[in-house]
Amino acid sequence: MSVLVNKDSKIIVQGFTGSEGTFHAGQMIDYGTNVVGGVTPGKGGQEHLGKPVFNTVLEAVEKVGADTTIIFVPPAFAADAIMEAANAGIKVIITITEGIPVADMVKASNYIKDKDCRLVGPNCPGVITPGEAKVGIMPGFVFKEGNVGIVSKSGTLTYEAADQVVRQGLGITTAIGIGGDPIIGTTTKEAVELLINDSETECVVMIGEIGGQLEADAAEWYKASGSKKPIVGFIAGETAPAGRTMGHAGAIVGGSDDTAQAKKRIMRECGIHVVDSPAEIGVKVKEVMG
Amino acid sequence: MNLHEYQGKEILASFGVRIQRGVVAHNAKEAVDAAKQLTAETGTGWHVIKAQVHAGGRGKGGGVKLAKNLKEVEEIAGNIIGMNLITPQTSAEGKKVHQVLVAEDVYYPGDSETSEFYMSVLLNRGTGRNMIMYSTEGGMDIEEVAESTPHLIFTEEIDPAAGLLPFQARKIAFNLGLSGTAFKEMTKFVASLYKAYVESDSSMFEINPVLKTSDDKIMAVDAKVSIDDNALYRRKQYAEMRDLREENAIEVEAGALGLNYVDLDGNVGCMVNGAGLAMATMDLIKMAGGEPANFLDVGGTADAKRVEEAFRIILKDPEVKAILINIFGGIVRCDRVAQGIVDAYTNMGNIKVPIIVRLQGTNAELAKEIIDNSGLDVQSAVQFQEAADKVKAVLS
Repeated sequence: MSVLVNKDSKIIVQGFTGSEGTFHAGQMIDYGTNVVGGVTPGKGGQEHLGKPVFNTVLEAVEKVGADTTIIFVPPAFAADAIMEAANAGIKVIITITEGIPVADMVKASNYIKDKDCRLVGPNCPGVITPGEAKVGIMPGFVFKEGNVGIVSKSGTLTYEAADQVVRQGLGITTAIGIGGDPIIGTTTKEAVELLINDSETECVVMIGEIGGQLEADAAEWYKASGSKKPIVGFIAGETAPAGRTMGHAGAIVGGSDDTAQAKKRIMRECGIHVVDSPAEIGVKVKEVMG
Repeated sequence: MNLHEYQGKEILASFGVRIQRGVVAHNAKEAVDAAKQLTAETGTGWHVIKAQVHAGGRGKGGGVKLAKNLKEVEEIAGNIIGMNLITPQTSAEGKKVHQVLVAEDVYYPGDSETSEFYMSVLLNRGTGRNMIMYSTEGGMDIEEVAESTPHLIFTEEIDPAAGLLPFQARKIAFNLGLSGTAFKEMTKFVASLYKAYVESDSSMFEINPVLKTSDDKIMAVDAKVSIDDNALYRRKQYAEMRDLREENAIEVEAGALGLNYVDLDGNVGCMVNGAGLAMATMDLIKMAGGEPANFLDVGGTADAKRVEEAFRIILKDPEVKAILINIFGGIVRCDRVAQGIVDAYTNMGNIKVPIIVRLQGTNAELAKEIIDNSGLDVQSAVQFQEAADKVKAVLS
């Protein structure tokens, strides 16, 4: 088992023929991901990377049965792409685009609220189920198959964590990059819940950063769930000054409860194995898995 | 992107929000002319001279003063312009004041008492919706209000599809204890304020205080406005309001090169790909006994040109005693990054501080060989902890 994406996912790429879309779609196909086509308005009917191009997402759903999308559309049009996918009945919408205006995401997240879909991102590296599907921009070779789930707000820090886990002789069920924007679809709590409920996942790595309440919400859910599956946690940004945005638009300390220290305290109180050093994630996973 | 008070007020006024009026002045003479103009337009007798810098708590630092005649306008404006204003929100050196806002006096006596409120518009990250936060306790530090009397802070969340509804504006005016003319004025104020927030693509409005005057007008006496950086492409008129003098010079230069850089007070510079890994690297520097001198995300393309630009930016800070480069090569191959580092180092020729390079991911071992065989004073590491140990060794 795995979560969100697997070998049977029928994946389309929105922004398929652009430079980002082309490069990463190529990498995904090389990995063995089941890419069934792509969408670029105005280029419908063409073929790109050996796959059909459609004008609309709805057409892709009707003609090739697409159920999952990955969005590389530029920031000004990305929220619209999310809403189009939700409207067309896509179930998993993974949005890589960085720099979407907040007002657009307020609108999009409200629009998709009652639709039967799950948004991952935006501003995220995507989702990978090793050996089955890479729906993102991560380097596939880092993620070996195994029993550890990863949830993270960051791209390269996810690769770092996966690499450390693999070096311990372990592997990954699914790694979910939830994104670093102020408004994102799937929250830390929802991603953790998916992995805790996944029969193959034996341990979850939860990587957060300063800003917002997502990690605290996830920690409290975990405690209330009574789950015995261990979670190893890390929060980046202990040394970040208050009030400054650290790269990710959402990574900003607003008060006393969204600092790295406060988040780590809550996570520890909820039974999460928190490491202070980002170099100890893999070792800790090995230790708690016995 | 943060704006000055006078710029924020300009935006508010353009959406019909009533503001305390004022004119910007860059020297004492301009301040006197501004005061005369304002008296002619508004009938105000006294004037408030307000330093225009990007920092809160200006009054506490002596940056906001009342002038009762033109001589005082000249004197006060002369003193404030050019001063280094130190407030609880600035560094110890303070911020240089380049301009003042000469504003009308709105606390004039009249039929009723004046009262001050607090109001902000911001995103509730938990729900993904905008909200209006407001309080009867205006003119004070809102963090203190939240600490001592949290029941006096109210919030009103706005449905993105419906927008701010009239009943919500009424609720706010009722909760602020208003009636009669002031009540109606407040509902209008709230409605136009929210319209301004949405249509300017702002990420933060803080109006403290919102004033009820003695003749029952409601107005913004101060305005802290931030525009969403990601929306500036479609708000060019606001993008032009950016005042680079208010920002850290090295950060401005880095930004122009497309590098995401934040200047910090420490002694170990760092260069990392990815924001999360960059923060984690800063944390690791601290655990190794150093203090991070910066946050720097070089992004996905760490080629020689980019690495060289990043080196130059980091080395502008004289406090930097060592540099840790931490790149996780995924799509970007480590051996190419390593070659970029060697080339940049050689091109610059005068790097005096020790450099520790940690490259992990695609072709990491090959990258280590390139660094180790370069003959340069650069130490290499593959594991994260190894890099931390080397930083520790260099610092001790």
